[in-house]
Amino acid sequence: MNTLEFSVVVCAVSALAGFLGALTGLGGGVVITPVLTLLLGVDLRYAIGATLVSVIATSSGAAAAYVREGFSNIRIGMFLEIATTIGAVVGAMLATRAPASTLAIIFGVVLLYSAWESVRQKSDRIHSAGCDPLADKLRLNSTYPGPNGPIAYGVCRVKTGFGLMFGAGMLSGLLGIGSGAVKVLAMDRAMGIPFKVSTTTSNFMIGVTAAASAGIYLSRGYITPGLAMPVMLGVLAGSMLGARQLMGAKVRVLRLVFGVVVAALAIEMIYSGAAGKL
Amino acid sequence: MSRDPHDAQVEITIGNLLRWGVMISAGVVLASGIWYLVLNGSVPRDYRHFHSEAQDLRSVSGVLNGALHLSCPHVIQFGLLLLIATPVARVAFTVFAFMKERDWTFVWITLLVLAILLFSLTGLQRHI
Repeated sequence: MNTLEFSVVVCAVSALAGFLGALTGLGGGVVITPVLTLLLGVDLRYAIGATLVSVIATSSGAAAAYVREGFSNIRIGMFLEIATTIGAVVGAMLATRAPASTLAIIFGVVLLYSAWESVRQKSDRIHSAGCDPLADKLRLNSTYPGPNGPIAYGVCRVKTGFGLMFGAGMLSGLLGIGSGAVKVLAMDRAMGIPFKVSTTTSNFMIGVTAAASAGIYLSRGYITPGLAMPVMLGVLAGSMLGARQLMGAKVRVLRLVFGVVVAALAIEMIYSGAAGKL
Repeated sequence: MSRDPHDAQVEITIGNLLRWGVMISAGVVLASGIWYLVLNGSVPRDYRHFHSEAQDLRSVSGVLNGALHLSCPHVIQFGLLLLIATPVARVAFTVFAFMKERDWTFVWITLLVLAILLFSLTGLQRHI
């Protein structure tokens, strides 16, 4: 393949991944790396660098839309970003030292978890303020728009959430992904934040977390313009189209199919890593 | 615990900042990407083997310098840097938003996040 053909293929694949990622809420970035490495034979480090850049594009684009609707909580996001950015710097530094096979196996496991998370039933219970004194002190409790006016919610287990966010940031830096699934785990499950608030706030945080590892990737030469260009443009175009589609009944089927595809990629990734093929 | 109008204004400004950051960087990357393909489209290229990028594509100052001299890969890289700078600008703007609200705890929290981001982007991390 010459550069033009290669770029067109990469751009098309990225657009499809971005489209399905936005439609299913799984995020496009997470499937680009396995596709680039397993199908197109790209070195894992280049794939991780290009994906990280595209993650910033989709998360910022989506956050711009969400923030206006008033679901995302800037205070929670900013407080937890201390943990995710430190985690991302540590993770990106580890990534430059860890062997590709180890990274591939970790990647596969995170991918499996994300696939499972995307098809899981979401509970939507709301805690009242006073659940955690630290949340009151930092004024993290807030409201979100409901059908009959604002709904108030409280934030629980702030320290546990903060710790999990460090882990989410580290995975993001290590693998060049947004690790939205882990961020939602921390906010939704540990801190008891309503689902809509945790998904939109997580999206808001992904760009900042990714920017923290981007500097390290850049200085290590992981971000190569010829590859990052088609990936970033493809994912951005695909996810913008995907976000415009209405969430209907078909999406549930699509989400399941996409989940199975992601799980298959995850297993292939773990296998390739274990066999030392990457 | 209602959202005060000031908060809503901040959210709208942040939304616009993010949208414009993404659009401008995508525009730069698209234009320079086409230029790159016109110049190099027929050359065989794959990314099977990792060899770290040239030194001047690996630092903010190197990229800016190359982009000023209209070197094509540097302009693409500059577009990508604009994208990376978008969330950083958002954090910087939030510092001022919390200052206006006289919420000093959050001014410090946001400054800390900004410091971590700059530590990574300025290349200070190379010394560790």
